[in-house]
Amino acid sequence: MVAKLASQKRRMEVVGHGALRNAGRVARSDVVLSTAGLKGVTLYEPTEIVMSARSGTPVYEIEALLAARGQMLAFEPVDLGPATGAPGGALSIGGVFATNFSGARRVTAGSARDNLLGVRAVNGLGELFKSGGRVMKNVTGLDVARGLTGSWGTLAVMTEVTFKVAPLPQTMLTLAYTGLPDDLALEAVTAVMRTPLEVSGAVHLPKACAERLKHPKLKDVDQPVTLLRLETFSTSIDERKEKLKAALKVYGTPRELDSEATWSLWSEFRTLSVMPFSTETSLWRIACLPTKAAEIVAAIQKFMDVTAFYDWGGALIWLEVPAAADAGAADVRRAVSVRGGHATLIRAQPEVRASVDVFEPLKPEIERLTRGVKSAFDPDRLLNRGRMYADL
Amino acid sequence: MPHIELPEPDVGVLRRRPILIEGLRNRVGADLLILDEDGRRAYETDAFTAYRRIPMLVVLPRTTEEVSKILKYCHENDVKVIPRGAGTSLSGGALPTEDAIVLCISKMNRVLEIDYDNRFARVEAGITNLEITSRVSANGFFYAPDPSSQLACTIAGNLGMNSGGAHCLKYGVTTHNVLGVKMVLIDGTIVEIGGTVLERNGYDLLSLVIGSEGQLGVITEATVKIVPSPEGARPMMIGFRSPEAAGSCVAAIIAAGIIPVAIEYMDHAAIEVCEAFAGAGYPLDVEALLIVEVEGSEAEIGILLGRIAEIAAKHDPKTVVISASADQSARIWAGRKAAFGAIGRISDYLCMDGTIPLAQLPHALTRISQICAEHDLKVANIFHAGDGNLHPLVLYDANKPGDADRAELAGEAILKLCVELGGCLTGEHGVGIEKRELMSSQFSPVDLDVQMRIKSVFDPTWRLNPAKVFPLAATEPMRAGRPASMPEVA
Repeated sequence: MVAKLASQKRRMEVVGHGALRNAGRVARSDVVLSTAGLKGVTLYEPTEIVMSARSGTPVYEIEALLAARGQMLAFEPVDLGPATGAPGGALSIGGVFATNFSGARRVTAGSARDNLLGVRAVNGLGELFKSGGRVMKNVTGLDVARGLTGSWGTLAVMTEVTFKVAPLPQTMLTLAYTGLPDDLALEAVTAVMRTPLEVSGAVHLPKACAERLKHPKLKDVDQPVTLLRLETFSTSIDERKEKLKAALKVYGTPRELDSEATWSLWSEFRTLSVMPFSTETSLWRIACLPTKAAEIVAAIQKFMDVTAFYDWGGALIWLEVPAAADAGAADVRRAVSVRGGHATLIRAQPEVRASVDVFEPLKPEIERLTRGVKSAFDPDRLLNRGRMYADL
Repeated sequence: MPHIELPEPDVGVLRRRPILIEGLRNRVGADLLILDEDGRRAYETDAFTAYRRIPMLVVLPRTTEEVSKILKYCHENDVKVIPRGAGTSLSGGALPTEDAIVLCISKMNRVLEIDYDNRFARVEAGITNLEITSRVSANGFFYAPDPSSQLACTIAGNLGMNSGGAHCLKYGVTTHNVLGVKMVLIDGTIVEIGGTVLERNGYDLLSLVIGSEGQLGVITEATVKIVPSPEGARPMMIGFRSPEAAGSCVAAIIAAGIIPVAIEYMDHAAIEVCEAFAGAGYPLDVEALLIVEVEGSEAEIGILLGRIAEIAAKHDPKTVVISASADQSARIWAGRKAAFGAIGRISDYLCMDGTIPLAQLPHALTRISQICAEHDLKVANIFHAGDGNLHPLVLYDANKPGDADRAELAGEAILKLCVELGGCLTGEHGVGIEKRELMSSQFSPVDLDVQMRIKSVFDPTWRLNPAKVFPLAATEPMRAGRPASMPEVA
């Protein structure tokens, strides 16, 4: 299919089930190429913690299959659909790796990219190729599979992905500290991430964000809340909990959420429920150093009203800003870049996403390599042209 | 053992050697150059010692800027460059050619920055793997990938080969533990790829660079993740009557939802040699031994090892020994980590490095024994069982005519078997020259073209570590200066 369209030099917009269509730049295309029909798990070996699936397979189907065998996707893919006004539950496994958006457990389990083992894909010349494989360790040639992650379908259309899965934790627990201002909360989070307690999720919600929590155990909260998740086998979780509380005793006494409550609470973050869709606001995703996170948000706050949600122990900020012609890009980018990191515009009106840089602009020498890599895969720029950068 | 073809040196370049020496001397100074034959001979091979070529000259830069000047000069003067760390490659990744210069970054070995709150260390790429851990261990941190050569091997080499180690079942390999690199392209351009934050901006060029075996650029600095050290760790040994029992025990442990930090497998031949060498207390009356290590607090370790022992009991083990002391743990690991050296004392060997899906383990071991028997050779098997990474050591006698050649052929057959069984040619040692020609057994011509085009983006004239990784015939046009497989840029 791609080969035929490529031979006609037709520009293709690559989509799955549409979960990501309102995020990123709008691709300039002649035709829509959908992977929605490429469905099904093609390999699942629970004892080797490995699975292969066609790229259009919905994530919820994969997770249901895994759960039946006591396993999961450890990197907790984030479904941007609800936050961007696209349907929820439409996220496909191909979209997960094309964007490399990973959830809270990234701090211990790594990103989607880290858990990817192999791909089959078609490049802009219509050539079907494979990279990687189904084994955990593989250094046979260039790591093209991981190189495709985060390229938003601009290099190749993945047709099948192979990835690592993980056992479901037997017991989970969340400690919720309330009332901490951002800087103090991130100081506490940074301290626990330095311990070997393997906190598998560390998020902080300032007051405005915390008030949006729907979870029955936390919906009464009217102040900032800092959430730390522990997971382990049942008999040891109390020991870890006590160690964690001891390490953080100066930050107050936390509420405790049991396994079931922990599961449902952290599932909310998988759909960014605290950053619901709105045309009144835009949404940024900022990668930064945990020790700079609070400072970045404070710096941006000088210019506009913001609502932040800190994930990954402070290494990721989801930041809601008022809708504006440039979505606050100049102020956001300045605040981030001087402190190290980069910002991606996730939600904004299409005309805004068309006019500002959605992805952080590249340094000239990196841009040169980026253009080179694009032309190595897709010399005529037929795949998702403009999806990441205006003329790529 | 002239089994692997090395390209003929470019006589024109060899003739220009005096001019090149003068040119480099003018740019970086004479004290960075090694010119005399004895000095250069130290760089004629790496740990894949069957192949040797003395390079035209060796240069030992101290800064990224010097690396840039050297590469720019070589680029402008059409000279091939072999990047080198400590020269511990088992696949010939750092093997020179006579018409190339060796650019060795072992003098660049400083720690530049350690940030415990943000959990990274920025280092010069010539630092050894173990040195990073030594520098952060007092503060309760370590650098996770732990290849057996970690005392000697450099981070630059680890990045080139995407090195693993025994503990990557839990912590991942190099690509999971690096945040960014500073790299010099062949034209001398200094680029920073990735950084100190967890996620990259734009295309994941870092993924392309890690494991690229010096094909894309010379890495001079790396920002690596540092990880809080576990409260404790302890191994146990489980001896089995058959490889099948050991294999199904590994599967059962993982199926039970336990992911240990490491699961190592040794067959009878390897156990005997390692025990004789290290006195680790390995059982000698078993066909297969698993070393399983878990981490956590004292209580957690006890619970986990107890559960693993319960699972093992269902697989008819001959011995189950939980390490009782730090000393015993150290000896158990010392035996395993010394395995290659120990076997080297009794025989010459080729260390293979294929991976297979775990379910294929018993079948693979049977076939490996058959293959070696067909070649009239013995084999010892060491294996990172948790992740399917096999290290069959094909034993031969270098003094016996034909033995080494047969060992290479047996090795090739073993790697092809790995691919047939759904695995791959190399799990952590890299392709180098050793597995170059076998790449076509794992990859189609298009798969290889896709990779080679990326190489051409970073190194359009194929001057960096040429004649490696890809089949020689496939790269001939590019090495001759004709980027044939590169599509036209629109």
